[in-house]
Amino acid sequence: MKTVNTLIFLLFATTPSLAAEAEGVPPPPEAYCKWEMVNYSIPAPLCGLKGDALRGEKVVADASRGNCLACHELPIKGVEAYGTIAPPLSGIAKRLAEPQLRLRVVDSRHLNPNSIMPGFYRDPNLINRPGKGYEGRTFLAAQDVEDVIAYLVTLK
Amino acid sequence: MITRTLSRLLVSGFLLASAGNVLAEAPKPAKSGYEFVKEETRAMQDDEVENTGFIAVEQGRELFNESPASGKSCASCHGEMGEKLDVKNLARYPIYDKALGGIVRLDDRINICREKQSGETPLPAYSAELIALETFVRHLAVGEPVNVQIDGEMADLLKKGEELYHIRFGLIDMSCAHCHDSYPGQFIRGQKISQGQGNGFPAYRLDTGEMANLDLRIKQCLVLMRAEPFAPDAEESKLLGAYIMSRSNGLKIEAPAIRY
Ligand code: HEC
Ligand code: HEC
Repeated sequence: MKTVNTLIFLLFATTPSLAAEAEGVPPPPEAYCKWEMVNYSIPAPLCGLKGDALRGEKVVADASRGNCLACHELPIKGVEAYGTIAPPLSGIAKRLAEPQLRLRVVDSRHLNPNSIMPGFYRDPNLINRPGKGYEGRTFLAAQDVEDVIAYLVTLK
Repeated sequence: MITRTLSRLLVSGFLLASAGNVLAEAPKPAKSGYEFVKEETRAMQDDEVENTGFIAVEQGRELFNESPASGKSCASCHGEMGEKLDVKNLARYPIYDKALGGIVRLDDRINICREKQSGETPLPAYSAELIALETFVRHLAVGEPVNVQIDGEMADLLKKGEELYHIRFGLIDMSCAHCHDSYPGQFIRGQKISQGQGNGFPAYRLDTGEMANLDLRIKQCLVLMRAEPFAPDAEESKLLGAYIMSRSNGLKIEAPAIRY
């Protein structure tokens, strides 16, 4: 009667770095690109990168990366369970433009200090007690964030 | 519904200064994790044969009766079945120990006894032996309401524990309260979130396939948050554990529970 799903898969877990960690060599963090908030949005793409919607769709569903499904409903086929603790994201692009979406994914705490949504590109200096191997890192790579944004803007 | 309100507040531009207080409330009434797990998990817990946690109870009973070189087993003081232990006292753990000047958890107490009474080295934190002993002893008080002291020296310590409970940790950057106070009953993917109560522990975890005491369970949440867990004997671990158990006051001890 063992539950097959592990919380690891349910939420944010599976750490690509764990393997590296076991060998004692966490992969080096990528340099953090500073971004600028204008009018509760981030107009410029992170590090000037261009996003890819198809890759973004994979990131949002991937338990080890975005795992947005842990909390949000998303119009992705073949998903057996969504989280119910956050607003559904189907049709989100009708309400929010790309720069607004970017701020929400990067660090929604700038809008709502009590937000429970992880800041996927929050300044690593603001993270309290990062686990070993995660120091100085963001949740998602800048490219992943841009891919997610490219995907979200298709949700009209 | 909380979510709806949250996003509406957000959209209308009210920053949630006031919601900070709302989010900070411990859920009332306290509900055991039992009420949040699946029906088949409850059935498994209720059946002593099906309940895998009883393997630990049995192992614990054997260790309790094992005679060390000093000749003084736990049973030599407390009875073969632990019948000389006062279940009301067991239900008060973690306690404030005046002589030691700090919080003592049940597993700490077991190790203190091993050292002082049986002349043995303490068992490592989270070792199968220590958790088995803790499970056996805690199970003696099954059905007793948790009764952690909340006044006197404990009052300040529990306050500190509560503060820790509200601090964000790790890359997930959430606090314990974010999940266990704001969203019990909601789902993170397929997993129902409970109030994170301590009355079932030590419990058998379906997820890991192993027993966990409360401190190990907290550590497992911290690791999921991609945070650096506190060392087993760190003050923070004791504070968080004591605070959680005080929230469980009044809930019946279920050890060994079956939990996700
Ligand atoms: C742990 C829960 C959690 C995870 C994981 C999460 N979110 Fe959220 N998200 C929320 C909550 C809760 C809100 C509501 C606003 C708030 O509290 O900040 C929100 C709001 C949003 C919004 C604004 C929605 C609106 O209606 O205004 C967007 C866009 C969004 N999230 C995208 C994402 C994406 C993309 C991911 C993954 C890369 C993600 N979220 C992962 C909890 C989460
Ligand atoms: C992102 C969500 C999340 C956060 C943050 C979180 N937990 Fe949990 N926790 C869970 C889930 C999911 C479970 C398994 C289901 C359940 O019992 O709630 C769980 C289970 C527990 C349990 C076992 C409850 C039971 O009856 O089996 C305890 C105790 C606990 N958490 C304490 C904590 C503490 C302490 C913290 C902060 C250090 C914390 N949690 C942070 C999601 C979270």
